[in-house]
Amino acid sequence: MTEEVERRPRPASPVTAAVEWIGERVLGGAHAFVGVVGLATSVARWMVRPPFRVANLFAQFDFVGVGSVLIVALTGLFTGMVFATQSWSAFERFGAEGLVGPTVAITITRELAPVLTALMITMRAGSATCTELGTMRVTEQVDALETMAVSPVQYLLVPRVLAGLLMGPLLAMLFDTAGVFGAFTVAVLVKGLSVGTFLLRIQDIVGPDDVTEGLVKAAVFGLVVMLIACYRGYYASGGAKGVGQATTQAMVSSAVSVFVLDYLLGLLFH
Amino acid sequence: MADRPLMISVRDLHKSFGGNQVLTGVNLDVEEGTTCVILGGSGSGKTVLMKHIIGLLKPDRGQVFVEGEDVVPLDDLEMERVRRKFGMVFQGAALFDSMTVYENVAFPLREHAKLSESEMRKRVEEKLAIVGLHDVADRYPADLSGGMRKRVGLARAIVRDPKIVLYDEPTTGLDPITTDYVDDMILTAKAKLGVTSLVISHDVASAFKVADQIAFLSEGKIVAHAPPAEMRGSTHPAVKLFLSTWFGKN
Repeated sequence: MTEEVERRPRPASPVTAAVEWIGERVLGGAHAFVGVVGLATSVARWMVRPPFRVANLFAQFDFVGVGSVLIVALTGLFTGMVFATQSWSAFERFGAEGLVGPTVAITITRELAPVLTALMITMRAGSATCTELGTMRVTEQVDALETMAVSPVQYLLVPRVLAGLLMGPLLAMLFDTAGVFGAFTVAVLVKGLSVGTFLLRIQDIVGPDDVTEGLVKAAVFGLVVMLIACYRGYYASGGAKGVGQATTQAMVSSAVSVFVLDYLLGLLFH
Repeated sequence: MADRPLMISVRDLHKSFGGNQVLTGVNLDVEEGTTCVILGGSGSGKTVLMKHIIGLLKPDRGQVFVEGEDVVPLDDLEMERVRRKFGMVFQGAALFDSMTVYENVAFPLREHAKLSESEMRKRVEEKLAIVGLHDVADRYPADLSGGMRKRVGLARAIVRDPKIVLYDEPTTGLDPITTDYVDDMILTAKAKLGVTSLVISHDVASAFKVADQIAFLSEGKIVAHAPPAEMRGSTHPAVKLFLSTWFGKN
């Protein structure tokens, strides 16, 4: 009995447990980062090799891009309206209501459009992609492709990753348009600002660089969130539970990656 | 054994996952045009061995020859060339659930054969007829029974007339009548197409029905390899114990 008590492992101190917890997550994050980079390399390699499955590519453009039009337009519209309402109440204290248009436009084009579009792609297309690939993995459909001498990376992942890369900026442009229209609705139609003031102020302050910055960010975010979704789904294991966990991990790591990359790209542009 | 050329040859194959040694020196020869069944208990490494043969896994040590070519050092692109010699029937059929039966069976043709739509349809219908399926081409895998899915899986595996067909647990989870049907299907594929078949199974009755050779995998090695009649008289303790579950504990 005494021996049994002595053999029992000592409970870890809270400090040790905390260090272990942090260490596990850092190592897990580093492992996933290396995995995503490895997958990106593989996708790039297979992207330039024939056969080029154009129908698969357009199916993914349709799924990621066309399928996200409504949700991105609505998100953009209401983001612009909310932002215009809040900034109106701030600017009217200084009699600077004319700055509502450019303030909303510059924030949307540079930051909100790429970030929120990427989050919409993550929630709508990323989650579905991760679940679909994970299910294909655990039901051996991915192995079946390989045994039929078809590269699963080329057949499944290349079109999805390309769709993220190319549809991200297009959807961000839609977000820009819807957001500025939302701000126009509040500032001009509701609050009574003149159309000329609204548009001229935007023209004076918002330049092509602001739009370019947003579109480059949107392309990077689109690429990264689809890569993460593909990585988590493609390497899913452990049946239905494993696919569920993979999807959760994909959603969380995509969202965090978007915010971290947004900061890093912001440093690069400014 | 007869003097047929070797289609598959495995030499001193070792594989471990983490600290778990799964294959510890497998040696196996499969002759052209024959059916070899690998028998073994659950977790004995049968599927791992099959995945090495088709290049889905790389061994820690050892060689796998397909038609005399060592496939272990081949990269992804070279392996694609070798995989065109294979068809594989998966335990759960592994049909693409977003495609109809026709699209599933036609898939290898679309990817690798330059056929017109009418030639493709003819080929698909011919293979579906070989596995005894009619009027299911427009149905989705979710609408089929387990046995029907396996038969569609075989039709897909043989649609390009491969030299080798691999069967992973083809009768697991099937009722006795469907099991019998799947066994007949394996024999039919061999008789009509002359393919070399490698069957992974723990179903003793099916093994003795379809096999020309039976290899028994135990503790990571092939411990017995013989025609069914000889295998029944094996004195190896693991083989005796395993076969006794079917032939009676005498």
